[in-house]
Amino acid sequence: METQPANQDRNNQRQQAAASFKAFMVSNSTKSNQNLYDHLARLLTKVMDERPQNAVDVIEDLSFRVKRELLADFQGTLRGVPLATAAQLLAEQQRLLFSQVDEVEHDDEQLESQYPDVNEISYYLEQAGVGLGREEMQRIFLALKKLVDSHPLQRCRLWGKILGTESNYIVAEIENREGTEEEEQTPTEPSGTGVNKCVYYVCKEPGLPWLKLPAVTPAQINAARCIRKFFTGRLDAPISSYPPFPGLEANYLRAQIARISAGTQVSPLGFYQFAEEEGEDEPEEPSDSYNQNPDFEGVPVSKMAESLSTWVHHVQHILQQGRCSWDKEILSTPPWSTKMSSTLTPQYAVAVLRSNLWPGAHAYACGKKFENVYVGWGLKFAGEGYVQSTPLVVQKDYPSGPDVTEALDASLEEEQALEAAIELKQEELESLEGEEDDEDDYDSLDES
Amino acid sequence: MDSRWLLCSLGHVCGSGYTLSGEQRAALHTSLILLGKNYKFTQVLFWGKVLGLKEDYFIAQGRGDDEMKGKTFLYSFNCMEWHLLPPADDLTVSEVSRAASGRFTGNPSHEYMEPRGEAEGEAKGEAKGEAKGEAEGEAKGEAEGEGEGEASEEEEEAAAEAAEAAAPPIKVTEERRLAVAVHLIDEEASVVPRGAFTRAPHGRVEANRSFQGLSHADAGKLDNFLHFAKPKKVKQFFQELADLDPSIDFLDSLSDDFPKGQWSLQWENGSSVCVIRSLLWLGMTFYHVPMTPQHGHVYMGDGCKNLNMAFML
Repeated sequence: METQPANQDRNNQRQQAAASFKAFMVSNSTKSNQNLYDHLARLLTKVMDERPQNAVDVIEDLSFRVKRELLADFQGTLRGVPLATAAQLLAEQQRLLFSQVDEVEHDDEQLESQYPDVNEISYYLEQAGVGLGREEMQRIFLALKKLVDSHPLQRCRLWGKILGTESNYIVAEIENREGTEEEEQTPTEPSGTGVNKCVYYVCKEPGLPWLKLPAVTPAQINAARCIRKFFTGRLDAPISSYPPFPGLEANYLRAQIARISAGTQVSPLGFYQFAEEEGEDEPEEPSDSYNQNPDFEGVPVSKMAESLSTWVHHVQHILQQGRCSWDKEILSTPPWSTKMSSTLTPQYAVAVLRSNLWPGAHAYACGKKFENVYVGWGLKFAGEGYVQSTPLVVQKDYPSGPDVTEALDASLEEEQALEAAIELKQEELESLEGEEDDEDDYDSLDES
Repeated sequence: MDSRWLLCSLGHVCGSGYTLSGEQRAALHTSLILLGKNYKFTQVLFWGKVLGLKEDYFIAQGRGDDEMKGKTFLYSFNCMEWHLLPPADDLTVSEVSRAASGRFTGNPSHEYMEPRGEAEGEAKGEAKGEAKGEAEGEAKGEAEGEGEGEASEEEEEAAAEAAEAAAPPIKVTEERRLAVAVHLIDEEASVVPRGAFTRAPHGRVEANRSFQGLSHADAGKLDNFLHFAKPKKVKQFFQELADLDPSIDFLDSLSDDFPKGQWSLQWENGSSVCVIRSLLWLGMTFYHVPMTPQHGHVYMGDGCKNLNMAFML
């Protein structure tokens, strides 16, 4: 009988202890106005809801998240209208790419000639291990269509992409039907010929406006040969380099595009033929106009992957002075690497050419189809051989001597001091003269 | 990048121009699973591709329990048969940096010889003299006792130079060079978002299971991206320490790198993915999709460091 009251006592004690501990847990924090009891309840509810694996390992994070979620509720009322993010703005722009245009009746031929099937190119490029992603390619495809629609142009081609430090350039190449451009002074080759045969448009993202690049001058090409600079992604950015580059980034970009085109645009042997007959008989002035050869049969892929002799440059080489006319190794690096896209199914493979002089330049050929594309930083391979040209020695000053040095103007104090000195001297002279006359004067001067 | 979602990850990084063909992707899917099984890796990553003149090296990375310490690299030509890369210790690194230059050939047994030009001899001799002179000086000092002191240092240096000239030129195979290049790139240019990995109190580095991705605003700042390599900088200012969480801020931030501007951060794929490119190791591309735990990096380049970067910025 004695044990029962003792048990009850103990129970009461326990309940009291529990109640006091609960009171402790329920007491609100002075800082956050929360209490541990509610927090634990919420935490355990969260664990029950989410049932994370190995819950004990992540309990701290869960606890942290529970607290943060409470905080978010408070902030919710304070938050204003969220600003449109860059993604939303861009999406607005890109929406226009997908808008249906009321189709005007076109001839089939005309449609074909205007812009390439980027999807097909993308497919082959991917086999070659090159690509920008399928969605991106699709957007570029639509952007090219837009460009062709808005400009009366002849043939449009995806030239490639140049990476920059802040944003990238997607480059479209267009062959102008006629040289309608204003012509500059003689050194610039007129548009429609030589390095200015094609006109280039760039955009930062497909969907954003296409911007036309200015024509390139020989001086710009020569200056671009001497410098190595990353592109920033802003066409109006100044190029700070030595030797100084005559122009802005748009000019530099255009010069690099001209150099890359001249160095890396290749086609299977026999794909093109010269426009004039017997054009090859005049090697001193090779023609820069060429047409597609209708009799081209296509070179077997395995042959194309094996030897470089089946590939030819179809863009004129730029001469030293920056004009065109008709590969060598750099630092014991062969100019091209050739490859088959697949060794397991070679009968369906494409032949791939990768430039080692212009890292990022690729070409593929498959049957009668071929394409060149450049994706890279827009810089030539330099290895460790690039030497920044040093500024010229500073010109010497004219040797300084008394004949060229300018005398300093005397200040007031100096003048006064000089005057005083002259006066003193004169007085001395006078006094000396006086001394000879009589010696009394000297004493009076000394006193004064 | 994790081999399990290769296609998705490649889609995010291929703005740099290089990608994998369908055949290669399929092959990697198969072979990396087997690789993980054979080498008992807890995780296998596709690390990248080093472009050679004749063949390309595909590189895979296997990780153990500790994500940071147990990194093992393997290479392959056809994405199916994998070979272990030799470890890149300090000696190998110094030998390779002296002997190898130019592009990779694509033949792992290709031998690079240390260039011994007459003109280079003098310029190099000085640098070597310093390095070797110190090492040999110590060795000799111990052997001969410390009676000679500073007076003999010059002689020793001259002797070291002579020994250098007499010694056969260093030869390294391309396999070792590849190991060094991969090691250096991984050391200097592998990037993770802040918070993606945690360090337990006993030092083990693990993926953070509760990492939910950086916010859009945070993903636009370089401070929130860290080098996934052994930290080299010591945080010395109290102000720096104040905002740091020791379990996630145990790595060096990209924004502390010198020279500034060696990272290019951009928004791509319709401004939905944050992409960071290294300008020092051209070809290293990192991506992170904000507000999701998806992140990864891949290297597709020629394996050469961009030594001219300072002129190019």
